[in-house]
Amino acid sequence: MPAEVIAQYAMNGAMLGMMYALVAVGFTLFFGVLDVIQFSHGDVVAAGAFAGLAAWTLLTSAGVTSPGLLLLAVIGSAALVTAALGALVARFIVLPVKSAPQLNVLLVTLMGGTVLRECIRLFYPGGSQPKLFPALLPATGWSFGTFLLRFDNVILLVSGALLIAATHLLITRTRLGLAIRAVAQDEETARTMGIDFRKVVLVTFALGSVLAAFAGVMDGLYYNEVFFGMGLLLGVIGFAAAVLGGLGNLYGAIVGGFLFAALQTIGAVALPFASAYKDVFAFGVVIILMAIRPTGLIGERASERV
Amino acid sequence: MRSRAAAVLLAALATAFAWLLLRAESQGAIAALIALAVLAGFALLRTRLLDAFTRAALRDERLAQWLAFAAVAVLALLLPEDDFSLLLLTRVLIVIVACLGLNVQLGYAGVVNFAGASFFGVGGYTAAVLSRATGLPHLLLLLAGGVTAALAGTVLLLPILRTRGHYAALITIAFALLFRTFLEVNDSLGGPQGLKLPELRIGPIRFNDPVAAGPLEGSFYLKYVVLALLVLAFFFAVVQRLERSWIGLALDAVRIDETAAATFGLDIARWKIAAFVIGNFVIGVAGALSAFMIGFIAPNNYSFAESLILVSILLLGGVGNPWGLSLAAAIVILLPEKLQIIQEYRFLMFASMVVLILLFRPAGLVPRPMRRLPGTPR
Repeated sequence: MPAEVIAQYAMNGAMLGMMYALVAVGFTLFFGVLDVIQFSHGDVVAAGAFAGLAAWTLLTSAGVTSPGLLLLAVIGSAALVTAALGALVARFIVLPVKSAPQLNVLLVTLMGGTVLRECIRLFYPGGSQPKLFPALLPATGWSFGTFLLRFDNVILLVSGALLIAATHLLITRTRLGLAIRAVAQDEETARTMGIDFRKVVLVTFALGSVLAAFAGVMDGLYYNEVFFGMGLLLGVIGFAAAVLGGLGNLYGAIVGGFLFAALQTIGAVALPFASAYKDVFAFGVVIILMAIRPTGLIGERASERV
Repeated sequence: MRSRAAAVLLAALATAFAWLLLRAESQGAIAALIALAVLAGFALLRTRLLDAFTRAALRDERLAQWLAFAAVAVLALLLPEDDFSLLLLTRVLIVIVACLGLNVQLGYAGVVNFAGASFFGVGGYTAAVLSRATGLPHLLLLLAGGVTAALAGTVLLLPILRTRGHYAALITIAFALLFRTFLEVNDSLGGPQGLKLPELRIGPIRFNDPVAAGPLEGSFYLKYVVLALLVLAFFFAVVQRLERSWIGLALDAVRIDETAAATFGLDIARWKIAAFVIGNFVIGVAGALSAFMIGFIAPNNYSFAESLILVSILLLGGVGNPWGLSLAAAIVILLPEKLQIIQEYRFLMFASMVVLILLFRPAGLVPRPMRRLPGTPR
């Protein structure tokens, strides 16, 4: 196989991996503070993409043409909407059922996500059809032989990496991050130390959802299309990535995201039979990996408390 | 005596209501009927009458079972010509069977299964492939559907036994997505277009001919109602006896506290395997029956969303309670089909309904009653 083709596949895989990692970091943050799976996360991603699209539609119809301004507006509105959605989901869906069985939390958020998805489909103008997402980044690039390293892909990758790095710094270096880590470790103790538990939870959910917004916009810019159902698969893959890495572990989420993208890419390229089986292959490997390492590759450190 | 009267009254009211709902043609009438039911249900919930009433009605469970059986039969006989209503009725019965299987897994042993529709599909595809390729008697194919579904589930046994909670949930979710994609890209199983099935025949009975037995004439769906009702009655009895037996006791112990169950000498892995395999068998039989009734199967019918609907029926009705899930299955299947106005909004409404139930009545509409051991006072 020529090097250009390999480079092309590697680039595609890296883009997918960055999106999955961004979604997976959200899952792992939520699991960290509350020990719950917030399954509507995928649909929050879709809502972010659609909020960005709405901002673009409004501004262009108002006569704004500067791509920089438009991009800023798209990302800004996506981040605002998802932050609000994340906090709302935490406040009204997750916190009330915090102490219910795990399965109930998973289901209530899953169904909450369905509500969100259906709202996009029914109430966004033309939302039941795939919508064209504007190309706001330069489509040119450096060419190496037949392989074109596109600027927009590089920009998306770098900014995604910077965002994850910023999240990491926020969690490890700031007061807020300290509070988040304290709540993640032990809710009761954190409360007695004067940490406002509810506020920390809401802020964490908003933070994770903003990452999701970026993943949604990135998805839109990469495929030039958004779809009301895009969140379902993205959510499941993000969840799979987070679990594969080990829930509650930031590095695990990143590793899991890129690993899943690698599996999909390998499945599409290297399988002797049709590339249509790439998802079958990827999910099959996830099942096998889970059988080998039941708590993810970088396992949860908690021991059994009886 | 009063409990018997309550049971008879409840059955008669439910039958009459179902009949009115199935017969109603105009959207206004249907909306009024549903609004009436919602109001009545809400009032009963608020006044805690629902719990008291169902408890009284279920005190003599054998009577309740016969009444339910009779109610479905009467309902079918009242609508002998109405194809669509009979089709809906059969679908409800089949979905109840599938949910009974899920109930053994999730309700009793606490094994999560988000791939219910996939095992339903395994049953359906088995029936389709075998009936096209071989001349095996169709009754045997229903069983074969269950056996294949149980076998397909064994692939997941090892990962499910080794994982817990969210991790186990992920495995079944991954399987559901994998299965759907597999069906779509696999050409020998018909790809996205799916497969057609031949007419169901059991002995001399051809299921696609209209019924003409003496004075009784009617739609061929009457036969399917009878068959589905028999299958349901069988599995309902089996699942209830399973719950009452020491097997059910062991499964409950495994669900509630694995560590405690293990200290009392229960083999956790064995009981989880048993529940998972039995549940998938029941789901597979239901899937095969459904495939024969519709006469056509396609990957779209076995998506992750359908699996979610099965799990939601369980939660809506009350996990672990066969009566509750029967009620929930009827609501979930009939409501969107009858009320066309909400057809477009059905997923939205339905999802909101489950969210509200989980937030405000997590035990479901008809919570599972406390187990009564022999010798304890009523």
